[in-house]
Amino acid sequence: MTSSVTAPNRADGAAGGLHRRVLDNGLRVLLVPDPAAPVVGVAVHVDVGFRSEPEGRTGFAHLFEHLMFQGSESLEKLAHFRHVQSSGGVFNGSTHQDYTNYFEVLPSAALERALFLEADRLRAPRLTADNLRNQVDVVKEEIRLNVLNRPYGGFPWILLPPVLYDTYPNAHNGYGDFTDLEQADLDDAAAFFDAYYAPGNAVLTVVGDLDPDEAATLVEKHFGDIPARAVPTRPSFAEPPPDGVRRDDVTDAHAPLPAIALGHRLPDPDADLDAYLAHAVLASLLTDGEAARLTQRLVYGDALVTDVSASCGLMGAPLDARDPDTFTVTAVHPASVEPDRIVEAVDDELATLAAEGPDPEELRRVTARWASSLHREHDRLMSRMLALGAAELVQGRAELADELPGLIAAVEPSAVAAAAGSLRPDARAILTITPGGDR
Amino acid sequence: MSAPTRRSAEEIGSTATGPRPLPALGPQRAVPAPDEVDTVLDSGLRVIAVRRAEVPMVEVRLRVPFADLGQAADSDHAAVAELLSTTILSGTSSRSRVGIDDDLAGVGGEIGFAVDPERLAVSGHALAEGLDTLLEVLADLLLHATHPDDELARERERLVERIEMASAQPSVIARRALQERRYGTHPVTREMPRPEEVSAVSAESVRALQASALRPGGAVLVLVGDLDPSDAVRRVESALAEWTGGEAAGMPALPALTARDLLLVDRPGSVQSQLRLSAPAVGRTDPRYGALQLANLSLGGYFSSRLVENLREDKGYTYHASSSLELDPHGAALLVETDVASEVTAPALLELRYELGRLAVVPPTAEEVESARRYLVGSLLISMTTQAGYASTVASLAAHGLSAAWIREHPARIEAVTVEEVAAAAAEFFAPTRFTGVVVADAARAADGLRALGGVEVGS
Repeated sequence: MTSSVTAPNRADGAAGGLHRRVLDNGLRVLLVPDPAAPVVGVAVHVDVGFRSEPEGRTGFAHLFEHLMFQGSESLEKLAHFRHVQSSGGVFNGSTHQDYTNYFEVLPSAALERALFLEADRLRAPRLTADNLRNQVDVVKEEIRLNVLNRPYGGFPWILLPPVLYDTYPNAHNGYGDFTDLEQADLDDAAAFFDAYYAPGNAVLTVVGDLDPDEAATLVEKHFGDIPARAVPTRPSFAEPPPDGVRRDDVTDAHAPLPAIALGHRLPDPDADLDAYLAHAVLASLLTDGEAARLTQRLVYGDALVTDVSASCGLMGAPLDARDPDTFTVTAVHPASVEPDRIVEAVDDELATLAAEGPDPEELRRVTARWASSLHREHDRLMSRMLALGAAELVQGRAELADELPGLIAAVEPSAVAAAAGSLRPDARAILTITPGGDR
Repeated sequence: MSAPTRRSAEEIGSTATGPRPLPALGPQRAVPAPDEVDTVLDSGLRVIAVRRAEVPMVEVRLRVPFADLGQAADSDHAAVAELLSTTILSGTSSRSRVGIDDDLAGVGGEIGFAVDPERLAVSGHALAEGLDTLLEVLADLLLHATHPDDELARERERLVERIEMASAQPSVIARRALQERRYGTHPVTREMPRPEEVSAVSAESVRALQASALRPGGAVLVLVGDLDPSDAVRRVESALAEWTGGEAAGMPALPALTARDLLLVDRPGSVQSQLRLSAPAVGRTDPRYGALQLANLSLGGYFSSRLVENLREDKGYTYHASSSLELDPHGAALLVETDVASEVTAPALLELRYELGRLAVVPPTAEEVESARRYLVGSLLISMTTQAGYASTVASLAAHGLSAAWIREHPARIEAVTVEEVAAAAAEFFAPTRFTGVVVADAARAADGLRALGGVEVGS
């Protein structure tokens, strides 16, 4: 271990602390004691998401995530699942725009075992042709289940980006086209692992009922001898904002009602975190709860839509991706309602907010709900661990995850007004969904 | 991708030192019991308040027995109850729909209502400092919800749409068919009302049900969070002082679940078939319960189980196959289920029966039992680590007349179960001849195979 820094813990000052280390091979390590319950969580966040997958290999980052569960040098196929479960734990992994995570939560007695399981696959995953074929099939079933065989599958996270963005990294389908998935081969997998799964390209987060020094020793024991490899240079995914209204329409065979999605570019959270967070608050103000502005106007007032939802970030949570990322407003509406009427009503509400700002009491209610939902999320060790690991990897500051309730509460009405004003009617994507079934 | 030296997949998968041994498990710290008060108010409402102060929140769960006492086959209770739970948040005599939401939001709060054939369930939470507001809004909803005509008309329409969409789902069709196969016309079968029943519900009947059936006697209110338990009970007593009126309606006893042939339910054009098999079981207070849990896990209660390894990993028939215990206050049942491609409907049923028979006569090995035991104890521990998880678990135990102590003592019971006891439970509960159930499938494609296999009422 080459360095050790201790930072203050949860924004409300709860005990524990956040201990940061970097191994000689470059692996960044976060150790977060949380003695509330005798459980531990271990997560590996790797700095590669579907925005980094090669052209012609859409869906590869996610497919590769599946392969990482198929065994490693010390673990036969299925052994990972069995060892986690027979230690009393739960596991999963997920692929995002800019990162991929792998994690388990177990009784604290299994801490060393969990570190062993993660280290073994980060050192030497067993990439075989059989497992690749098998997981291509499994991923295709997953896509059928989540996208192809259900109404509004991939709406808006797969369907909206190609309307709003021009470049391949930002615009393509991160779940992947079946033809691309079928063409993926073992050399692709080996090259992807070597390029992106270097220890210096990952963050290891260990949270829970642990002693930081003991945990650090165990981390060194299991991860320390993974050889250092070159860390890839992260490309910029920047592209100019849209210079007009960009429209597309997609037919959905399973959808019973039409739908619409508006897509806007968000401020870069790295450059202007306050402006970004004002957009997060704006999303809540627009559609969280019965009293929210767009819910009031569109669902109950004008009765134009059956459901409306605004989101800061394409994958549903703020601060989950680097720039560029997307602010969305989605709505499902009766066929009798012209989509443009919904757009006009949204713009009308945005213009009012931009001109007058939110009522301070209204803003206070929104931030109270935010604080409450973050507290509940962080009460779950798995959620807090994943938030800390993602913040460390994406924003370079795990503390941000714990500070978020305070930062959200500090957002001023004028900042929300400015955020509303930045969602300009002349620089956006408009995606409409047309029901195409013969129901 | 510009690694200087490109390794092959084979090179990546091995190191000079070779495979390493799996580390043993370390010692496990025990969980101290939290401060708790468990009491019954004069109104008959049982209140359980637990201090868990990890985050400055409070979780609230209320369960009110809410069964249909009439039991008439054409009873509209399920539809009225469903609409009641949908519209209860749309206004009270002193708060509008928006007023309710504003008051809750002010304390970071939310409240949700749901009904099933047995009970009405309320779930809520707020910042700990907002407990009084949360309780005050809850009391207002229980005592003074008005179900305004216009709101009710709109919600009724939305509910009908939602039910119509859900009713097309194969899983919903299978569930309804299974309930009727198991329990005939008993009210427990009416988990989702029919759209036409909902359309016929009047605002008057919703208000009448609210006035007559929402009673504190036999209901349980659970509060878990950053609170002082005795103080929280006093706050409940004061906020819900007006809530009186006697015993809520408990579910009548279920008819015995008897073994009989499966029923084939035709769903023309279906590309997947739903297999649902069920047999009587025993609940938490039975001495065989722990052994039954472990036997059930070994069969299909988690990923590393016989059903998953056979039907999914070996045969590739399905994305998932599972076995579970359904524990209702009024009865316990085993449920074995899987969804498979139409062309393997009969082969999959054959494998399910094979695995049931195998569990009964080739019982789980010591290794299988140990794996299931560790998983059960660990997942129980993890499920109790959040305020929300703790509150939900305590509320569902309370509905069975049990206290939080039961769940704290359960790991010790599980540790004490022997391999022989698991074998005995496997033989007693999982013999294939004890089961009944349904197969939902395109009969044109599945009937011949099922007829050849036997034990399925295929029809003509």
